[in-house]
Amino acid sequence: MGQAFVLALQLIAALDAELLEIIARSFAVSLAAVAIAAAIGLPAGAALAVYRFPGRRAVIVLVNALMGLPPVFVGLLIYLFLSRAGPLGFLGLLFTPTAMIIAQAVLVTPIIVAICHRLTRDLYEEYRDQLCSFGARPHDAVRTILWDARVSLVTAVMAGFGRATAEVGAVLIVGGNIAGLTRVMTTTIALETSKGNLALALALGLILVLTAIGVNAVAMSLGGVSAYRRG
Amino acid sequence: MVRRLSVPVVAPVWAPVWALVWALVWAGAPVQAPAHAQDRFITLASTTSTDNSGLFAEILPRFQAQSGIAVRVVAVGTGQAIRLAERGDADVLLVHHKPSEEKFVADGFGLERHDVMYNDFVVVGPAADPAGIKGMVRAREAFAKIARGRHLFVSRGDNSGTHRAEQSIWRASGSDPAAGRGKWFREAGAGMGAALNTASGMNAYILTDRGTWTSFSNKGSFAVLVEGDPALFNQYGVIVVSPERHPHVKADAANLFVAWLTGAAGQAAIAAFRKRGRQLFTPNAKPSTGN
Repeated sequence: MGQAFVLALQLIAALDAELLEIIARSFAVSLAAVAIAAAIGLPAGAALAVYRFPGRRAVIVLVNALMGLPPVFVGLLIYLFLSRAGPLGFLGLLFTPTAMIIAQAVLVTPIIVAICHRLTRDLYEEYRDQLCSFGARPHDAVRTILWDARVSLVTAVMAGFGRATAEVGAVLIVGGNIAGLTRVMTTTIALETSKGNLALALALGLILVLTAIGVNAVAMSLGGVSAYRRG
Repeated sequence: MVRRLSVPVVAPVWAPVWALVWALVWAGAPVQAPAHAQDRFITLASTTSTDNSGLFAEILPRFQAQSGIAVRVVAVGTGQAIRLAERGDADVLLVHHKPSEEKFVADGFGLERHDVMYNDFVVVGPAADPAGIKGMVRAREAFAKIARGRHLFVSRGDNSGTHRAEQSIWRASGSDPAAGRGKWFREAGAGMGAALNTASGMNAYILTDRGTWTSFSNKGSFAVLVEGDPALFNQYGVIVVSPERHPHVKADAANLFVAWLTGAAGQAAIAAFRKRGRQLFTPNAKPSTGN
């Protein structure tokens, strides 16, 4: 353990070019996936809180269940779609960062929908009468509660980001862990573990944890500033 | 308490979201850039045993420098590598189970099969050697002894080339490890390195290729106990995926790669690759294929 800590510090201090590239790739892939998931998931979550339609409860149960989607299952599913023998094979996306973004977006979207639904549901209860008195239509209500809940929705997005960066099963299958192209932090950790370089793998894991703490701290402080401004 | 409301927000919600999406898609673009800027790449489906040894990291840059073709390695077990290639998800296949490779070609999925290199499998286990197999000449007899004593044995259990080799030794040993499944016979269902970690954690015997073993860093108290049996020979072969079966396959670039690998330059690069002072693979392509 101690050896891993020292190694982690050395790796960070040395600013190893390959390591930086892998960290940058992890971030680019996961941020893109989370952006897509948020663009879909936030409006969908708020809509679930506002609209009343038959089967709504079933959808909520389903979305909550999908929060626990096993990454390897999603990876396999996306692989079968993107494989040359699959329906989207002609796109040639398998073993590219785009495939990894798609897989992570599929994993993260239900998380953002479910958390956003929970966060906006109570807000909507609070606002409903007033919104009705303004004659607001449902899609105005969706916009309003999304906007007013934006600070707490950072939590939903961060939960999704955490899932995306920590996930290994799906990106390994659809990305192929190709050096310099689709190798990210988690797949590197798996690879170094399998080479028996346990200290290096652990050091990389520590760096992943540190970057996750950094991202969350930034997000929290942004939320804090925003909340302060709203006074 | 009524919170401040902001009902007619139309743009403010969506604009930042879409701005973010596009910003990030563009930010992600540089990650993709090499794929477009340099169209000359092929995808090689290969095995964890070759990739984990560091061979590809050593020799592929030389091929790229010479040809301008980048080789993207997807390292999985032999069984999975063959399935990837059958689905057209790779341009070249480099694996180590000759019967499966020949079937792949016979079924029309690949062009000609070429020998590339070989090394050998070894039986490793705790240096204390509770089963007493150290120095045995026949791998099958060592396996039989492990089975008789019900000593822990970790199987790859993943249809990889090494797993197939292990299965054929078990068949030759005359003992049925399936009877000990979940007891002394533990199927890891993992790559070579991960399975070695498992065996090391359980103090169990395991069959491994020498390349992975030599470059493996978590040996602990493990040692090579049985080696040198002709049944432990480990031949690697390379096959270009058939462009007739999958028209998108980059057969020209893939053929260039195979010609290089089985030619003088590639064979010399394989012979020169050393890990911890040891040569891990012996090139043995037939000269006729090296042009």
